[in-house]
Amino acid sequence: MSDLAIRKLPTLPSFAMVHRAWMLLAIILVLALPAHAAESVVPVSTLPWWFWPLALFVTCFFIGIVAVPAGIGGGVLFVPLIGGFFPFHLDFVRGAGLLVALASALSASPTLLRGGLSSLRLALPLALLASISSIGGAMLGLALPASTVQIALGIIVLGIVALMLSAKKSEFPDVAQPDRLSSALGIHGVFIDGATGRSINWQVHRTPLGLFLFLLIGVMAGMFGIGAGWANVPALNLLMGAPLKVSAGTSGLVLSLVDSTAAWVYLNRGAVLPMIAVPSVIGMMLGARIGARLLHVLKGSVIRKMVIALLLFAGIRALLKGTGIWI
Amino acid sequence: MSSSESTHASDAARYALLLGWGTRIGLLTLVLSFTAYVFGLVTPHVPMELLPSVWNQPVASYLQLTATPTGWGWFSMLQFSDMNNLVGIALLASCSIPPLLAVIPLFFKRRNFFYVGICLLQVGVLLLAASGVLSVGH
Repeated sequence: MSDLAIRKLPTLPSFAMVHRAWMLLAIILVLALPAHAAESVVPVSTLPWWFWPLALFVTCFFIGIVAVPAGIGGGVLFVPLIGGFFPFHLDFVRGAGLLVALASALSASPTLLRGGLSSLRLALPLALLASISSIGGAMLGLALPASTVQIALGIIVLGIVALMLSAKKSEFPDVAQPDRLSSALGIHGVFIDGATGRSINWQVHRTPLGLFLFLLIGVMAGMFGIGAGWANVPALNLLMGAPLKVSAGTSGLVLSLVDSTAAWVYLNRGAVLPMIAVPSVIGMMLGARIGARLLHVLKGSVIRKMVIALLLFAGIRALLKGTGIWI
Repeated sequence: MSSSESTHASDAARYALLLGWGTRIGLLTLVLSFTAYVFGLVTPHVPMELLPSVWNQPVASYLQLTATPTGWGWFSMLQFSDMNNLVGIALLASCSIPPLLAVIPLFFKRRNFFYVGICLLQVGVLLLAASGVLSVGH
């Protein structure tokens, strides 16, 4: 390991805590199911048809600008915001959300792979499990009533807010000894840190728990269409001990495979409307380019606080919409 | 760079090259077909004026109201602009398959059969999802 690998790994939620959180979500879903068995239909807009794709393009352009400095994927803002405030059914919003996350991940992955910031050996086993479970997540999401998915989305988004507020990051986690599985799979690497110009060797541990966690992440990615960079990066960095930059780069590669799989399920079910998906993808990608250029000008911490506030609002809105309090 | 790291780099370079080209082709197709769609150069299956009254419906109702097929049914309706937009989307959702297939020989040459298996399984999962077998019912 590099001599930079000196920071202690922050405290992680235990397996039991993760399990309890999932049980709680499952109970909420089951309780919400009978109450909202009737499919909700979003009120019809009186505005001309072209207004909405245009509004979508502009909104996604701004989401793209703030997502990069805030250090999150655009998909996590896209689904709750568009699902909460646009007149589209959540089925189509999630289909478009997956494509937004997929297009962003596909665009970034080649550069990150060439730069050694994304590891094929780390990504492939995790992506395989997450892809399989994302099919189940996508099918479950399309089978459940929209109001139930909306409530669960609200809970997940509020959980993301809590994660963004509380989770620490470790740029170079200390992995004294790789676990047997990661050693057998040859999961290790070296990258040149652009900030210091130093060559960093890395390895990972807790691979079996990481594989299990990615099974759950896949379900969420497929079910909500929100991408899963917000979950991938802490899992790779804090749990498995990959350096922060490698975690962020590898997360994109995992997303490109997981979202491709889930996107096919949505596409085959007819839940991808080009009039919603394409302006979103184009707007987000153009915005992300601007966001990347403004990275040095904008104050990351301020943008991050703004995004957290936006997510908090979108999460509450999703909960209230799902429960029928604020349609 | 050690020989192990250099083999990792060659896998990554091959994967990145094909993924980059696949993404470019997918995005270009998407932008061109959407331009033709939104400017009315090609007739859509679902008229654009009708969209606000159906995009608020659950997908099952939307499909019924607009007589839109599920699975690969859209492929036989490529003369319509909204349907041919799905080509670009399908290309983007498939563009990880060629790079996965391309790194298999590299892993095979190094007798790394575990990663050969993982790549084949990942391609299998993507093809299963793409096949439409899982698209029955709602």
